Amino acid sequence: MTNKTKISLENVSISYGESEAVKNVYLKIPAGKVTAFIGPSGCGKSTILRSINRMNDLIEKCSLKGRVLYEGQDLYSPNIDPIEVRRKIGMVFQQPNPFPKSIYENIAFGARVNGYKGNMDELVERALRKAAVWDECKDKLKESGCSLSGGQQQRLCIARTIAIEPDVILMDEPCSALDPISTLKIEETMHQLKKSYTIVIVTHNMQQALRVSDITAFYNAEVASGKSGGKIGYLVESNDTEKLFNNPDQKETKDYISGKFG
Amino acid sequence: MIKKEKNKLNKLDYNIRLSRNICNKLLTYTIIVFSLISIIPLLLVLIYVLIKGGSQLNIDLFLLEPQPPGSQTGSAGGIGNAIIGTIIITAIASLIAVPIGVGGGIYLAEYSKGGFFSKFIRFGTNVLAGVPSIIAGVFIYAVVVVTKVIIGSSFSGVAGGMALSILMLPMVIKTTDEGLKLVSDDLRKGALGLGATMYTTIVEITLPHAFKSIATGIVLGLARAAGETAPLIFTALFSYYHISSFNDIFYEMSSLSVLIYNFALEPYSAQNQLAWAASFILIFIVLILNIFSRLFSRRKSY
Repeated sequence: MTNKTKISLENVSISYGESEAVKNVYLKIPAGKVTAFIGPSGCGKSTILRSINRMNDLIEKCSLKGRVLYEGQDLYSPNIDPIEVRRKIGMVFQQPNPFPKSIYENIAFGARVNGYKGNMDELVERALRKAAVWDECKDKLKESGCSLSGGQQQRLCIARTIAIEPDVILMDEPCSALDPISTLKIEETMHQLKKSYTIVIVTHNMQQALRVSDITAFYNAEVASGKSGGKIGYLVESNDTEKLFNNPDQKETKDYISGKFG
Repeated sequence: MIKKEKNKLNKLDYNIRLSRNICNKLLTYTIIVFSLISIIPLLLVLIYVLIKGGSQLNIDLFLLEPQPPGSQTGSAGGIGNAIIGTIIITAIASLIAVPIGVGGGIYLAEYSKGGFFSKFIRFGTNVLAGVPSIIAGVFIYAVVVVTKVIIGSSFSGVAGGMALSILMLPMVIKTTDEGLKLVSDDLRKGALGLGATMYTTIVEITLPHAFKSIATGIVLGLARAAGETAPLIFTALFSYYHISSFNDIFYEMSSLSVLIYNFALEPYSAQNQLAWAASFILIFIVLILNIFSRLFSRRKSY
């Protein structure tokens, strides 16, 4: 069970219109672990993350080659419903984006979307507890989600994602807009969450990758060979976090981690 | 000597004789005068109508039907049916314009990808907003009144509502479109990222968020429609009688604006007085609608 692959990317290349953003990515994301994507800006790690729950569909002219397999199903085959995909693979964004509704309704929204029929109060409490924000907002469930602090908002967004009872949670730099204490709390939340979910997190913060992840994938970018002159991202290596940070296979990884560039 | 010169150089006092300061003062006062002049017409109209029409207010005015000019009673009656008529016609107009306008605005803001079709619609909306109201009246006259397509009725309250809806439509589309575009994309992504459908996202997240500006647009559109005369002369015409049944909306219907137009031109002073009273009520209604739109746009949302 522990080493089962949840998601695997097979030769995935993604381009925005004419310009390729990231190419030839082969990656296996194991179930029940935290996988971190690190790398310099513009290396396509967020693009890859978004491709896992088809959020790239919302970006015009974004096209994908290769296969993204979730438990053996190709997410981009024509008979797949992207809405079902997003219900199984939830996403937390860089900017906390609570809906302009009450805290309770924020959580209930996701659950209702998913057709949840059980006791809503119970589910709201469970989701907020799992996201470690219950104690801070149990007395003000009727207040606006936007009245919370940034860190609490982000944990509310995580709770909202948990409420749809997904299988995988994707986090796109969830802490980059937060202060260190909120970050710490979110990281603690992640340690709790990985017991029940597969988590993929994009982060700019290598310390964070080291603290929270089991597997780390390092992406890098090179100047594209074409006339556009843009950068194309590619996966350098993915390994157990400990190995990647202490004894990476690739020299590039070592240079990045030791701060020689990027 | 040196000290004196230094003093002169660093002098920071305001000097009123400098040409730039004179110019500055002059222009400031000029624009103050201009802006005062610009509100004078509004004040004069309000005060004049208030004096002329306000003095006519009594309970009969709101209840009675108007009397045809030259009748023996000496009294011109009331404008009760015209008030009801204006309310019914604008209600019909919004029943048509609000669903179409909000729907069109949702399409433009949420679904369209900025291609030819949406550019065409946006351009068309702007053109429609500039169409003179009388053209809307003539159009409905030709298409609905003359052809009697609506269950055989010619001039009718429904036709009047349709003419006014043409005037409301661009305003509703525009405010919906703009209101929705102001909703942060993060919210949209958040909802879609949870596996919500476009429908749920729009109905539960973006529309409620844009509700204020949409409601403001609808109310302003209503206020504009309620005051229009020209389109109604061609469509709803006028009636001296109260509405007695639902079917009456398929017949000629009175409205405040047409009543003012008709009675202000009459040689009888009783009718002229009634036109003033109707003017007062109409201005009052439009004012109330505008204040409503202010309240909507101030309403606190989460």
